[in-house]
Amino acid sequence: MLQDYELQVIKEVVSCVLILGGVTFMFIATIGLLRFPDFYTRMSAITKGSSLGVGLILIGLGIYFNQPDIMLKVLAIIAFTFITAPVAAHVIARTAVRNRSPFWSKTNLKEFKPYLDKEHLEKVKNHDMYRAEAEAQVEQKPNGGGDT
Amino acid sequence: MSLFQITLTIAMAVLSLCLLLTAIRFAIGPTLPDRITAFDLIVANVIGIIAIYTEYSGNEDFLDVAIILSVFGFLGSITFAYYIMRINH
Repeated sequence: MLQDYELQVIKEVVSCVLILGGVTFMFIATIGLLRFPDFYTRMSAITKGSSLGVGLILIGLGIYFNQPDIMLKVLAIIAFTFITAPVAAHVIARTAVRNRSPFWSKTNLKEFKPYLDKEHLEKVKNHDMYRAEAEAQVEQKPNGGGDT
Repeated sequence: MSLFQITLTIAMAVLSLCLLLTAIRFAIGPTLPDRITAFDLIVANVIGIIAIYTEYSGNEDFLDVAIILSVFGFLGSITFAYYIMRINH
């Protein structure tokens, strides 16, 4: 009886520590999303912080339940998150570069400059580029959207 | 109320605060890729909230929801990225 009680306490304590660590990483990632000046830095903050936070929270859950099938599901979620988060971040960042999303003014672009020149992406647009493009299209076609 | 439940309540509160801050970035995000990254973080936050609620209620069926949500969050991000790529080229 005493051993069961101690096992329960140990599971709860380990799960508590892992969950608090994961939540802390999640909160740091959110602050980074809100405070960083640039799209690319926000992207890097989110990808690392949220992957690690979700992983720690789910490992804490698997340790608390202490059953093989739940641990298998938890490991499946963690493996899928760790595979897909960098892929999604890469695709979105590549799209942002293609769409001339503006860099921060202090970003070191010295080694990235030849790629931008080669792909004719040297001109950086404003922040509200979608609004400007929409207004330009409306001015070009005053009759309304004929072809969508 | 044991220490474990207090910890779960604190974790749920902090994750809810994270959702609120992410929603602020989702509202003021200057460009569309910012909103997609905010959507990514919202999905990760909701997966964490589902995990903590699974632990809170002891019902282990909610983990399937987390699996499906991770799959569809990835699909949503990729779909939005290709959508932006298409409308500008």
